[in-house]
Amino acid sequence: MPIEFRKDYFADERDDDLNEIGKPTQRQDMTGHVTGRSPFYDDHQFDGLTHIRCVRSPHHHARIRRVDAAAAERMAGVRRVILARDVPHNLNTLLSLLDFGLDDEELIASERVAYRGAPVAAVVADTERQAREACAAIRVDYEILPHVLDVEEAIKPGAPAVNDAYPDNLFVYHGKYDHQKLRYGDVDAALREADHVIEGRYQMSPIEQAPMETCGAIAAPETNDRFVCYTSTQALFFSLGTAAKLLDVSSARLHFIGGTVGGGFGGKVDSLHEPLAILGTMLTGRPCKYMFDREEEMQVGAPRGAERWYLTDGVMNDGRIVARKFIGYFDAGATTRLSSYAIIKAAGHLPGPYTIPNVYADIYCVYTNRTPATAMRGFGITGVDFAIECHMDEVAERVGMDPIELRILNAYRDGDMKAHRRLAKNTALIECCQVAAEKAGWGLSDAARLASSLRDGGGARAELPRFTATDENGRVSGYSSGSYARGDGAGTARGESPPPPARSAPPPPPRQRPERAKPDAPAYREPQREPAPATAGPERAPPSAEPHRPDPNRTEPRRGPTRFSSISGFRRR
Amino acid sequence: MAKTPIRFSHNREEKAVFVDEGANLLDVLRRSIGDLTPKYGCGQGTCGACTVLVDGAPQLSCLTLAETVDGRAVDTVAGLSDGARLSALQRAFMDNFAAQCGYCTDGMLMSATALLKHNPRPTREEVVEAISGNLCRCTGYEAIINAILDASQGGARRTG
Repeated sequence: MPIEFRKDYFADERDDDLNEIGKPTQRQDMTGHVTGRSPFYDDHQFDGLTHIRCVRSPHHHARIRRVDAAAAERMAGVRRVILARDVPHNLNTLLSLLDFGLDDEELIASERVAYRGAPVAAVVADTERQAREACAAIRVDYEILPHVLDVEEAIKPGAPAVNDAYPDNLFVYHGKYDHQKLRYGDVDAALREADHVIEGRYQMSPIEQAPMETCGAIAAPETNDRFVCYTSTQALFFSLGTAAKLLDVSSARLHFIGGTVGGGFGGKVDSLHEPLAILGTMLTGRPCKYMFDREEEMQVGAPRGAERWYLTDGVMNDGRIVARKFIGYFDAGATTRLSSYAIIKAAGHLPGPYTIPNVYADIYCVYTNRTPATAMRGFGITGVDFAIECHMDEVAERVGMDPIELRILNAYRDGDMKAHRRLAKNTALIECCQVAAEKAGWGLSDAARLASSLRDGGGARAELPRFTATDENGRVSGYSSGSYARGDGAGTARGESPPPPARSAPPPPPRQRPERAKPDAPAYREPQREPAPATAGPERAPPSAEPHRPDPNRTEPRRGPTRFSSISGFRRR
Repeated sequence: MAKTPIRFSHNREEKAVFVDEGANLLDVLRRSIGDLTPKYGCGQGTCGACTVLVDGAPQLSCLTLAETVDGRAVDTVAGLSDGARLSALQRAFMDNFAAQCGYCTDGMLMSATALLKHNPRPTREEVVEAISGNLCRCTGYEAIINAILDASQGGARRTG
């Protein structure tokens, strides 16, 4: 079916006198693709290439008592066994490069594994088979710990602490709150006055990006004291910065070559192949390849995280939605990766492409003993859109309206104020609905057929709410700020003594929280956060204050998140 | 580890190599012969990225013991073009935008080559069937099907 361009709709917003766009142009990489000569990372060949394989945790959550690699080290072809202590700076989080979040992930686990598949040791061997055999010969003594796989279970009192940097199993936003807030108008008041209050619960699964080319990297020594690294990464400078940080070397010594990616879809944004491949090369002097096999890609490769959403809509008899409340739980898995950022995007997207005068959201980034989640096509948006659009159908059913007409009635229009406090422009939901209905032979009322995104927006709809109800729910303290990117605070790549991993700290004190009302009621509706920071603060303080004994020789390693605007994606097109 | 000498025709050139016991054809082509066109996607015979032709029939090189091609003919994408001159099938892939990331393309080209050799005027259904063992995760199947139909005798893209 030919693609239909409806350029006329945006005709007055864009000049179409572009030189390239709209004209057929051959892609510059197409000849490489059809001749099989496009240089994927694994197409670079090296004499004496060695292979890295990892020993991985078979448990969701366990303490590592001992790793015995003595037998493996003596096996044929084995060049080196790499353990946590061999990693120069064994603690990182991807977005620390943008000062967003605390370091919470080891390249190789030192004392504890928090998800099935977490790497515990790595073997560098002459052949892949030898590396696999040596991995099988490494004995790891685990003490199995209780695990938690459900987001709402994970934030109940007494749940196993998954992530040392965030002992309450919740990412901390802006150094202040255990969730991301959106407050626009007064949802509770509007719900009280609505003709209908319609609730729903929506759960999605994690989704593996499953690129055809599995994630990987090849590193080799160069002759000028540098290391070259061919990689499948989607984010070359993220990968470069991550490798420099974990390996505690200047990025000037790392020569990264990428750009040819055999499918990524987000799964190759925060890969950790480059630092391990380079470390193998540093320790053996040999070219090293670290490549996921398909099983690892599926089990260990970070997927799109699962989300759970609770929606409560206040709806009038005529179908107008006057209030929409979201409680969202993102399953980050065991570490942060990009989940915290996905939530920032989600908050900017709410309440979907509709103009609703009162919007409220509490969105939690929750740690569980699942595979760490990361980016995937529109992450932070697609999950909640699934919830919103399912809910729109529910609402239509409850108020007895055609679902497409309900959408057109509530659709945002040019000039409307959105809940993130920017005016909407270039809106086209109404037109999309009209075209979809037409294609499907779905009859619409005259009013719906004549509606337009260009009309009836703005004016009173451009005004901010007269009153917005705010609160201090979920306030936390003790997350001090600092900056990896600016180089202040400890734990920078240039630091002389990298701080010990948080894991070497004594276990956090048992978490105590005030009793919640009805602890066995479904955790739906209100998260029932205790408001007052004065009482919540001390009890909810992270253990950093205690376990991290002040060391006069270095500053506090815990770095708090700062600004996020540079990555928030709020910029308009 | 025991090594076995094998000889086979690789894109119409005679090759002789020693292969490790249990080595698969994909590794031998990529590492010993230096033909990087077949790709590793799964190692389990699921994705088709490693598809090559053995005596003209499509075969998954990751599941083919290298020893079994002794004395046989192996063809890959590296043999499709004549120097810089692309084959009709390759040109059709270019014209139809039938590659996104390019990683499945080699396997697709080989499955299509086998199809067109035995069935120069395939129907759309036959094309779909021929590439049913080749996964494309960028989901470019429509463009790929159109390209193969374009390259078939008669050339014009047909629907139905």
